[in-house]
Amino acid sequence: MESIAVLMTKPIYSYLQAELEKRFKVLKLWEAQDGSRFLEDHNQIIRAVVSDGGTGLSPELMAALPKLEIVSSFSVGMDKIDLGKCKEKGIRVSNTPDVLTDDVADLAIGLTLAVLRKLPASDRYVRSGMWKKGEFKLGTKQFSGKSVGIVGLGRIGQAIATRAEGFGCKISYHSRTPKPESSNYTYYPSVVDLAAHSDILVVACALTNETRHIINREVIDALGPRGVLVNIARGATVDEPELVSALVEGRLGGAGLDVFENEPNVPEQLIELDEKVVLAPHAGSGTEETRKGMADLVVGNLVAHFEGKELLTPVV
Amino acid sequence: MAQSMWFPKLLPVTERSLLRPLLHHTTNPLLHSSTTSLRQSNLLPRRVSTAAVSPMESITVLMTCPPVHPYLVEALEKRFTLHKLDSVPDKAQFLSSHRDSIRAVVGNAAAGADAELIDQLPKLEIVSSYSVGLDKIDLAKCKEKGIRVTNTPDVLTDDVADLALGLMLAVLRRLCESDRYVRSGLWKKGDYKLTTKLFLLQFSGKTVGIIGLGRIGMAIAQRAEAFSCPISYFSRSQKPGINYKYHPSVVDLAANCDILVVACALTPETRHIINREVIDALGPKGVLINIGRGPHVDEAELVSALVEGRLGGAGLDVFQDEPNVPEELFKLENVVLLPHVGSGTVETRQAMADLVVGNLEAHFLNKPLLTPVV
Repeated sequence: MESIAVLMTKPIYSYLQAELEKRFKVLKLWEAQDGSRFLEDHNQIIRAVVSDGGTGLSPELMAALPKLEIVSSFSVGMDKIDLGKCKEKGIRVSNTPDVLTDDVADLAIGLTLAVLRKLPASDRYVRSGMWKKGEFKLGTKQFSGKSVGIVGLGRIGQAIATRAEGFGCKISYHSRTPKPESSNYTYYPSVVDLAAHSDILVVACALTNETRHIINREVIDALGPRGVLVNIARGATVDEPELVSALVEGRLGGAGLDVFENEPNVPEQLIELDEKVVLAPHAGSGTEETRKGMADLVVGNLVAHFEGKELLTPVV
Repeated sequence: MAQSMWFPKLLPVTERSLLRPLLHHTTNPLLHSSTTSLRQSNLLPRRVSTAAVSPMESITVLMTCPPVHPYLVEALEKRFTLHKLDSVPDKAQFLSSHRDSIRAVVGNAAAGADAELIDQLPKLEIVSSYSVGLDKIDLAKCKEKGIRVTNTPDVLTDDVADLALGLMLAVLRRLCESDRYVRSGLWKKGDYKLTTKLFLLQFSGKTVGIIGLGRIGMAIAQRAEAFSCPISYFSRSQKPGINYKYHPSVVDLAANCDILVVACALTPETRHIINREVIDALGPKGVLINIGRGPHVDEAELVSALVEGRLGGAGLDVFQDEPNVPEELFKLENVVLLPHVGSGTVETRQAMADLVVGNLEAHFLNKPLLTPVV
């Protein structure tokens, strides 16, 4: 398999690259002086692409690789890959579900606690020497027992629900259809209603054409000046300008955000709101353990494909 | 004029948390000073003879802790004559000139009533602490002198347990560090090396070792279990009917867990319960969480272990000498430092204040104390 050429779109993770280099001929798109030229020179041999959630497989890249057989994504999110087109062209696609579920759910709860209890602001208060001058005066809010509304009750949404239940939180959710196995949670057919009945609203759904800006002005207003929004899904599920103005104007109580519409760019006003907003650099799945698990899946799917075996975690 | 009032009886936690909104309603008898309106609302029982009970406004209460909780100070000033020891320039002089009037002391985690103070207040009847921890009160002396002592259990259990989990997640997932990283503009610079250097550890499934399985320890266990964390514990004796793994020594517990949480009361026996031996057993991948009291930990040993990398990380809400925090910790990415905010939510601070005031009122009206310790 050492002669099989695999294109990496970006330097995702050193362990992943090392594992790929052990088995395949790895071509690094980011090291090329002239990307298009590089692709032209190698387009007859590139049979696989390894990418991540944020980059995916652009239409241009797909068009430039006539021998492409498989895209193995270092992510569970598929929003940057045209799955329909891949199906049409017979290109296999694999992702990394399950291995990252716990980490992303942990971060959702972590962000919630960090916002409600103002953890970064409190930590700064100590490190800056301010505590020596007086008690921390910012009001913080209780998490236990609050109503948590989850948009999307898939693997990650369910894992978030289970954790929040450990804090005595009341769980409700919105998804395309109600889930009979989750009858102990309250189902809301409308996201606005879910928001109106939640203290904390967590976005945990996949990004699709239907869920783009699913968190809009109406939802944000329903969540209200004491509500908190947590987004560990995709930036584009939230109307970011609306979110920013709601936070600036106090129409929304707070937000914990791991994802943004145009990463790694974060609206300046969010940078300034350092008491009611907590920010993370798309680190949902970012632990050593999980990144290794994801990398093993990416490599495992490629090996399975080229050995003519069943893919481990196929999407297409 | 007599003020017989209604007091909520001591309820188990779940029922009390349902009651919590009632405690803050404007007709809450605990907060209301007009007996007329209380009688009108049928919340007061029939009037009792006025002869024996003096009006509470003339009762002198001494606050020995800094007056940092405005809601509490206001509630006390409304009902009693309140003196704040913190603002008195000559404390010895003040105590000697007021020794015959002070009948109650209000303290918190920072200051309470030690033997010396108790000796200077011959008319002291009750110490009502704005905390659940009692390490700043000489309980034996109070018992000996028939002085009642109350604290604020249960109302703060959830908040402190929430904070313990918050600290665990913040340390392992570098939440404060990540927030700083984004705000500093480093993420925008697209420095991949820095992103991969954010040494993030998984929380789910890690073994959590709890020292002290009281109300707060159990609440922490319940939360950690929701993250599939196996729970083990150390306490003075093994607890019957508990599924968690018991370790007969703290060193043993530390050697067998990933995250060690201090959740026991501070007593002479538990001072420096986290010492060098325990820290070494916890090791370079282990994380210490302290939501108990600063003196539970040998702070100098903790600092050197963290600086030298012999301990993986720490989440600390309490310190040996608050508000002073060892500055060597300030540049470490693997620690989260909080200004003793375990019970610090608006909801809980109010409930704690209500308990302090409620206990004092109960005492001076010869009713059963709400949350007595002695």
